[in-house]
Amino acid sequence: MAIIINGSDYAVPADPRVSLLDLLRDRLGLTGTKLGCNQGACGACTVLVDGQRILSCLTLAVQVDGREVRTIEGLGQEDGGLHPLQEAFIRHDGLQCGYCTPGQICSALAMLEEAGRGDPSHVTADLSAAPLLTREEIRERMSGNLCRCGAHNGIVEAIEDYMAGADA
Amino acid sequence: MNPFSYGRAEDVVDAMRQGANGAGRFLGGGTNLVDLMRQNVEKPSALVDLTGLPAAIEEAQDGGMLIGASVRNGTLAAHPAVRTRYPLLSRALLSGASSQIRNMATVGGNILQRTRCAYFYDPEGARCNKRQPGSGCDAIEGFTRYHAILGGSGQCVATHPSDMCVALAAIGADVQVMGTSGERTIPIVDFHRLPGDRPDLETVMEPGDLITAIRLPPLPAAIHSTYRKVRDRSSYAFALISVAAILDVKDGFIDSIRVAFGGVAPKPWRALRAEAVLRGRAPSEAVFREAADAELVEARTLAGNGFKPDLLRRTLTAVLGELAEKRA
Repeated sequence: MAIIINGSDYAVPADPRVSLLDLLRDRLGLTGTKLGCNQGACGACTVLVDGQRILSCLTLAVQVDGREVRTIEGLGQEDGGLHPLQEAFIRHDGLQCGYCTPGQICSALAMLEEAGRGDPSHVTADLSAAPLLTREEIRERMSGNLCRCGAHNGIVEAIEDYMAGADA
Repeated sequence: MNPFSYGRAEDVVDAMRQGANGAGRFLGGGTNLVDLMRQNVEKPSALVDLTGLPAAIEEAQDGGMLIGASVRNGTLAAHPAVRTRYPLLSRALLSGASSQIRNMATVGGNILQRTRCAYFYDPEGARCNKRQPGSGCDAIEGFTRYHAILGGSGQCVATHPSDMCVALAAIGADVQVMGTSGERTIPIVDFHRLPGDRPDLETVMEPGDLITAIRLPPLPAAIHSTYRKVRDRSSYAFALISVAAILDVKDGFIDSIRVAFGGVAPKPWRALRAEAVLRGRAPSEAVFREAADAELVEARTLAGNGFKPDLLRRTLTAVLGELAEKRA
């Protein structure tokens, strides 16, 4: 068995103590995914497993054996260009130091999928209706990703801008 | 982190077989257990991963629901039948943690998660009767903003951190447990123990027991329900206090009433005294306050949580007022 990371197979580490985050960063050199709190409080280590956003710091690498992992390295264009959401983050100053950015971007892409299939959030007033992605909804749905520089306004604007472009 | 072996269970029988030997732990999403292992609070010698077990959400013939223990919190919160028939459960789940953590955390793991008492989490720096029975408690004289006002003891005042369980307590859900001598059903309100002089014993689970599912009873009144959580920031924080409530009014009087509290006790706190005050009365702010007072008769505050009784009174009054207004 193997873990499929950004389309390539990687061996599962023999030591079950290795987190998915440590596998990515320390063993595979995929340092785009960031180590923040290492206890599930900051979201910097967010990656996609079978399309779902999860925290790689609290995931044992052995648990994703046979599953598909996407990291920030796997989101760009085939010609090496940036993902449109990455472009939007730059346009809207959705970052200052940039440390939380890979997690923010992975998280935002999954968040748009969740909202697109109608998943409610804590601030959704009517649980029986399809949620509208207002700024309040985006903020709540992105609350698992902290930005210590306080670039949240730019992050929300970048997501809105990307949504508008994706609709067009 | 201490070394441990890892195995993935195919089904309940396989999980029971693998889990039966030694100081092992069942692993769900790992959002609490892996963290505790990294802090050296938990040191299992073996992990049996349950996330590959069937994770079905079924609508039962009797109108209730059966939810597999490996269902993820996020999946359960978004399920159409839960959203329409047990909205307090969706709301409780959605108020907990973050989307990432809800995508990982399982229903069984949520029920069995440990307290977030900072002293429990600090093996090097703090005494804790829950972690090390008889060693003492540094919380009681310490930082107690998040600690219990109901059901605590001189040994432990830690709170149970789950939002989901508070909704389940109001619904009156059952926990299905597989043990070495077969399957049994435990009401969620009886599942967690109060600390007394054994705060290390948190539930009625026996060694080797496995939660297989939770069962929601048919409860038509639950469509008139909600969950409100009060916390230090508006998202991604544990509760200071929370209220789950189901309320229906018929002919001007409270007909169905279920209330449970979170953030105030070592277990999800079903407020039966408050319910007894409310049942059959005409809804009013005075009656809601009377109900809160009845439940708080035995409340004991600590230096850091003296605000909780009033916060609970006001929140219960607001939640019941909101539900009663919709049924007026």
